[in-house]
Amino acid sequence: MSEKTTILTLPEEELVHPGNRACAGCGLSIIYRIGLKALGRDTILVVPPSCLTVLQGLYPIASTQLPCLNVTFASTAAAATGVLGALRAQGREKTTVAAWAGDGGTSDIGIQALSGACERGENFIFICYDNEAYMNTGVQRSGTTPQGVITTTTPIRGKLQKKKEVPAIIAAHGIDYVATASAAYPLDLYDKIKKAKTISGPKYLHVHCPCPAGWGFDPRYTVKIGKLAVETGLYDIYEIEKGKFQLTGPSQKLDNKKRKPVSDYFKTQSRFRALSKERIQEIQQSIDEKWEGYQKN
Amino acid sequence: MKNQIKFVQGNEACVEAALYAGLDFFAGYPITPSTEIAEHMAVRLPQIGGRFLQMEDEIASLCAIIGASLTGNKVMTATSGPGFSLMQEALGYAIMTEIPCVIVNVQRGGPSTGLPTHASQGDINQARWGTHGDHAIIALTASNHQDLFDITVEAFNLAETYRTPVILMLDEITGHMRERLHIPKPGKIPIVSRLKTSVKQGVDYHPYLPREDGRLPMSDFGGIHRYNVTGLFHDMWGFPTDNPQIVHGLLRHLLDKIGNNVHLIAKYKEYYLEDATTILVSYGSSARSALHLVNNRRNRGERLGLLELQTLWPFPYGIVREKCANARHVLVVEMNMGQILREVKIAVEDPEKVFLANRIDGMFITPTDIRNILRLIQGKGV
Repeated sequence: MSEKTTILTLPEEELVHPGNRACAGCGLSIIYRIGLKALGRDTILVVPPSCLTVLQGLYPIASTQLPCLNVTFASTAAAATGVLGALRAQGREKTTVAAWAGDGGTSDIGIQALSGACERGENFIFICYDNEAYMNTGVQRSGTTPQGVITTTTPIRGKLQKKKEVPAIIAAHGIDYVATASAAYPLDLYDKIKKAKTISGPKYLHVHCPCPAGWGFDPRYTVKIGKLAVETGLYDIYEIEKGKFQLTGPSQKLDNKKRKPVSDYFKTQSRFRALSKERIQEIQQSIDEKWEGYQKN
Repeated sequence: MKNQIKFVQGNEACVEAALYAGLDFFAGYPITPSTEIAEHMAVRLPQIGGRFLQMEDEIASLCAIIGASLTGNKVMTATSGPGFSLMQEALGYAIMTEIPCVIVNVQRGGPSTGLPTHASQGDINQARWGTHGDHAIIALTASNHQDLFDITVEAFNLAETYRTPVILMLDEITGHMRERLHIPKPGKIPIVSRLKTSVKQGVDYHPYLPREDGRLPMSDFGGIHRYNVTGLFHDMWGFPTDNPQIVHGLLRHLLDKIGNNVHLIAKYKEYYLEDATTILVSYGSSARSALHLVNNRRNRGERLGLLELQTLWPFPYGIVREKCANARHVLVVEMNMGQILREVKIAVEDPEKVFLANRIDGMFITPTDIRNILRLIQGKGV
């Protein structure tokens, strides 16, 4: 990316109406607003059941100005495939098709359709906003819920399993562009979507998306907590372009000295209350090892 | 045992009843309005040494409980319309392989994503015919939490008795409404345990060879007997076959084991039927409004009665015919386009006297709604 977008160069046109049904402090509100600016008006959205369908709202307070196909839960990438096929048949290949799903609709019930579309090489952008649980139905664990997190279906000891590394799974399909981003760095996301639009074939963006209601923090701290996840080295912002991994944006600027202890992140959210000191120590160690690996490369 | 009386949602009553019935394995996936069942299971099952799993979708949920049941556990899953649609293939598999399991469908408005937070009874025919091929099924429902408790236990008993999936058709109202629940002492409601084979280790066990009474003793899968299980038509060993005689025999067995026992399976409640000239036929949450109206009108001397069905499938044609024989009008009260109405019309001698009182707008059908339709039928105007 040659020139980084700033708040001054961001397009003024809004594709999301002001006022929607998202909770106060919702990270998705930020990335949806900025993300649609990057996608532009000539875009068709494909969305499964998720908080996003709630955010879109009920008529007449619908929030999006773009055509949106709200499909069944398991089929986001499959429906996007159909839309793409028809556009191609009509010679409308300039229109962007963007599938926008939550972590459940991407990593759990939606992964089969997504994997199929990636393998077929469909020319679309798949954006996963990862709020790390099923927030729309009231905070149940998902495949991307981190280990130790209390949800309503992991109510006692927290989730026992590790977070599913969806970007790595998608990258393993050998597609040309996989990237991560965060709601705390919306301009980084903007640039990545812009870049994705210039690449043909499947593009996958995984966006970390703090959720005050589900994570247990005050709505005013959404950006702060999103940043902490990156600054502690827990959640990394990177691109995998034609198979080449590269840390980008705020993660690129991190080195061992600057990284904050991961406990700083955990203590800001009630969902981590079941984590023991030993467990936090182990997580800190695994983060340190991960970063040593980055620095060797 | 403390806390015998609770004030709970129907979904929680269903959980408590399942545990009472001996459930020790639950797999599910979040979906409104059934999610509270999974959430309560996640708390309650570990307390009794059971296993709770959240799966990656509804297909996986039903398949997980099928595997667990075959291996020896008492199992259940819970979902709502879209998830129930995804489960249809595995439902047929459980029917074909005769694996006991309980599937709760807390109905919401459909088709498709429909009305996730509103009431409907639109999946009644899907419960009967949703999966492909000829088959028999048991589906139960209840209108209040105490009945729901009993019916949930009954669902497990029937699943184990007939080696079949049993579908519990709740709806958003019964699932989310809070009401008093008295949890009976252990042993007060009889619990049916699985019929296990007496065939010893090293002796040939035929998993699909019915006894004289039609029942199939089970052997925990992966235990002392090695056998095959398949969704293909199979012989008494469980191996695939296309022998017409065996295919015919198996299908007849699957249909008859339930079809021949309708009189044993059928559960219903009746109110003032003896002298009723107008009979309401209803079930699930709709039956609450129907009962309210019947009580109200009885106080005013009108000869109204209510037949509340708790077993929806196999449909108790004989009972409905007998109970409605002397009625001038029969009014089926349900929140769909007449899915049980059709069966009642088949059941009674004079289908012309059967009418529908329904609501399909996601709102709960009220006693006033029913009364207005009743007045039209009786020629009294609205």
